[in-house]
Amino acid sequence: MMLIPCPWCGDRLDAEFTCGGEAHIMRPDPATASDAEWADYLFMRENPKGLHHERWFHAHGCRRWFHMTRDTASHRIVAVYAITESAPEASG
Amino acid sequence: MKYSLWNLLRQAPRGHRDWPQAWRNPEPKEAYDVIIIGAGGHGLATAYYLAKEHGISRTAVLEKGWLGGGNTGRNTTIVRSNYLWDESAHLYEHSLRLFETLSQDLNFNVMFSPRGVINLAHNEHDLKELRRRGHACRLNGIDYEMVTPREIKEIAPIINISRSIRYPVLGGAMQRRAGNARHDAVAWGLARRADELGVDIIQNCEVTGIDVRDGRVTGVQTTRGAIRANRIGAVPAGHASVVASMAGLRLPVESHALQAMVTEPVKPVLDTVIMSNTVHVYISQSDKGELVLGAGIDGYNSYSQKGGINVIEHQLEGLCELYPIVSRLKIMRVWGGIVDIAPDASPIISKTPIEGFYINCGWGTGGFKATPGSGWVFAHTIAQDRPHRLNEAFDLGRFESGLLIDEHGAAAVAH
Ligand SMILES: Cc1cc2nc3c(=O)[nH]c(=O)nc-3n(C[C@H](O)[C@H](O)[C@H](O)COP(=O)(O)OP(=O)(O)OC[C@H]3O[C@@H](n4cnc5c(N)ncnc54)[C@H](O)[C@@H]3O)c2cc1C
Ligand SMILES: [Zn+2]
Repeated sequence: MMLIPCPWCGDRLDAEFTCGGEAHIMRPDPATASDAEWADYLFMRENPKGLHHERWFHAHGCRRWFHMTRDTASHRIVAVYAITESAPEASG
Repeated sequence: MKYSLWNLLRQAPRGHRDWPQAWRNPEPKEAYDVIIIGAGGHGLATAYYLAKEHGISRTAVLEKGWLGGGNTGRNTTIVRSNYLWDESAHLYEHSLRLFETLSQDLNFNVMFSPRGVINLAHNEHDLKELRRRGHACRLNGIDYEMVTPREIKEIAPIINISRSIRYPVLGGAMQRRAGNARHDAVAWGLARRADELGVDIIQNCEVTGIDVRDGRVTGVQTTRGAIRANRIGAVPAGHASVVASMAGLRLPVESHALQAMVTEPVKPVLDTVIMSNTVHVYISQSDKGELVLGAGIDGYNSYSQKGGINVIEHQLEGLCELYPIVSRLKIMRVWGGIVDIAPDASPIISKTPIEGFYINCGWGTGGFKATPGSGWVFAHTIAQDRPHRLNEAFDLGRFESGLLIDEHGAAAVAH
């Protein structure tokens, strides 16, 4: 159970949110991507024990997407940033 | 020493003081023929069948905690084989058959109890899906029968089949040969037999690195020193991605917390297992009398072996409506395990691009039932350096070829 600081609504219970999984996955060019690159894009995940950049959606609130960096072992939230931004440097 | 009536009587006058230790606690050697990472049920079964079926017993099973302390000791022990696709049906059925004789085979009572498993339908779609799965099962020679709400009520009188509840019971499907087994006993029985056959089970030994030279594995780094081996099988469940990344591999799994709980013990009220995908509730009664209740996974990646209380609340809401007596019971314990979920809800039992490195993971919320079968095919894969017919479809290559084995329907409820 986490208290998630939505950039628009402030601190809310995690039950109000939907997690959209790993962030910053780049879609390869379908015209040139190999099967291996396509599989990597579709299915392979970092799934780290530690800091994880991910997308969250405030489903039962403002209904907006944002990014969050979270420690998957301790659930400590270290950064919240806009859905248009790239991962913060040296978050930790 | 064999566990038998004769030995039980012989030990009685000595006050049962002379029973030997069930397994040794050896120091790691410098090198082995095979290293297995993870002493859960699957890892122990792999080591056992490597020794029993393939004559390879210079094996070490390395465990970061204690054996059976992972998902093997945290699951709700449902064992069944009523899966949709041929590939899964054959694999899980093979495992169910091994379960049927596992106690005799291991000389250890794993308390396999084929008390039947019922899947409930709460809407038209559920009914159709269960019927479709039933046809598939019967074509694969797996027992499966549709049951009416009345029949379910007769088998399990504590269920509420009133039409006026939010998700009424419209029917169900039952696999009578399915049931439960005692999870700890499966781990202990496999550990004891593997140890007797010469396998070193090394606990409190965390693998921290995997040595790869020229595309081949050569050994592992651990908290108890370096150990060499040319064949390494990783069976780390929720930590699959962490272990694979030590060898530079990426996997298509994500780790989530999955929770379960038990009530205070009561007199026998339920002698079967009932599960429901739609309201995500499943229930059985342990031999101690506790009702064993399973919840769902948290919706985000986690390695903390602790889940959200809202997930428990959600599960209890459905439970109290379907089984009203539960509302009067106290919950004694709630716990979590970290499960590795694959995109098609099917396991990965596979060779990898690294020679001599094999991976067995992705069992997610439902791998206890596969414990002996998974170990059996994984031992074959390691010993012969190629998959068995039963697991060749469950390789890593399926994520490139697109030949996924979509078992979300049969595996959707976490069990
Ligand atoms: C709450 C819950 C309920 C479930 N209910 C059911 C059910 O009813 N029916 C069913 O079929 N399945 C169920 N499951 C799923 C089932 O428990 C698992 O799929 C199965 O037990 C996996 O077995 P395993 O041996 O692969 O994993 P584990 O028992 O988790 O073993 C993996 C071992 O690897 C060790 N390890 C990890 N990393 C390292 C490392 N770096 N070095 C050394 N050791 C390491 C871990 O400590 C662990 O002991 C449930 C799971 C949970 C959590
Ligand atoms: Zn918001």
